[in-house]
Amino acid sequence: MHELSIVISILDAVEENAKSHKASAVNEIELEVGELSGVEYDALEFAIEHAPKNDLLKNAAFVINKIPGKARCNECNKEFELNDYYTVCPLCNKFEYDIIQGKELKIKSIKID
Amino acid sequence: MCDTCGCDQPNNPVTYKKPGEDNVHTHTHPHDDKHGHTHSHIHDDNHEHSHSHTHSHSEESNYEHTHSHNHEHEEHTHDHSHGKVIQIEQDVLSTNNLLAERNRGYFEAKNILALNLVSSPGSGKTTLLEKTITELRKELLFSVIEGDQQTMNDANRINATGAPVIQINTGNGCHLDADMINKAVKKLDVAENSVLIIENVGNLVCPSLFDLGEAYRVVVISVTEGDDKPIKYPNIFHTSDVCIINKIDLLPYVDFNIMKAKEYALQVNHHLQFFELSAKTGEGMDKWYEWLKGTIL
Repeated sequence: MHELSIVISILDAVEENAKSHKASAVNEIELEVGELSGVEYDALEFAIEHAPKNDLLKNAAFVINKIPGKARCNECNKEFELNDYYTVCPLCNKFEYDIIQGKELKIKSIKID
Repeated sequence: MCDTCGCDQPNNPVTYKKPGEDNVHTHTHPHDDKHGHTHSHIHDDNHEHSHSHTHSHSEESNYEHTHSHNHEHEEHTHDHSHGKVIQIEQDVLSTNNLLAERNRGYFEAKNILALNLVSSPGSGKTTLLEKTITELRKELLFSVIEGDQQTMNDANRINATGAPVIQINTGNGCHLDADMINKAVKKLDVAENSVLIIENVGNLVCPSLFDLGEAYRVVVISVTEGDDKPIKYPNIFHTSDVCIINKIDLLPYVDFNIMKAKEYALQVNHHLQFFELSAKTGEGMDKWYEWLKGTIL
């Protein structure tokens, strides 16, 4: 729901990093967005399209790495994929698991000139 | 645009008020200047234009490519972008999370038990607080931060119990964030060895993303809301520590299956601790009081 403000946060952070490296332009912004991060991918792409960008950022291509959700069962130690919060362990059918992957929402890297 | 909720506007800022005072403190937005500009395009023979590309691909490398342009133009070849790679590895919500950790450190240093109360509007959070403060005021010191879009109504109700309270009005904002709590706590001057209860904006979606620096997040649902609430709104249950099921005095009149509701909630978060109570009649409140006292003392 806050995808636009998330994109603006991303652009601010990228700008700060780019300026500290004396960049004249940012060509690419690589993000990691997990399936369990709470971010809606379509809304994120829409926000990327429409967020205001200054000269440093206006030609930056966004690369979004979608990270699938993964959990480890506390009962039987099985690791399994999940993209919601109500999947059971496929091996022992229990709900006692910890999410080990999929909540990422980070700026991985940028490419600059 | 706000760096958290995206809704704060210059003519509708976040305000912090104690009951009975005119607003003396407004939260002004650091992003206003930067993001008040409009984007212009220059057209000349070289046809300069701006566009954004998004590339999405999952780990299985199904390469999905969307491409959008503002203007008509001739065929152009799409190159993969070039340039020097800088590794950033920065969490996007780091601004809020860092401030939340600072809040957390402050609370721990002063032995303040900070609770973040989250729920749909109308689950009974304020009534629960009124009752809790009234019953325990001889044993515990309470302070309250109230969050609503508008009005001092909830702060005025808490004020009547004698506990210090401050009302945050978010305007169009849909949740409280760490920065708002940071400012409110300074204004409220919370005592050491006390309980600080933050009553978040009534919303089962957005508050789940925003750490306030609380020690425990308490999600409140009432029996009039449907027992499948936890799986319909999993994020808020997943990020909470305690789940209060309120209005149990109404159980005879609604189709709410408490066992099912708890099962659903545990599916989404098997660490949850439950309290079933009625803030109105007092039933079940003793276990909640016991937990509160046991946690702070």
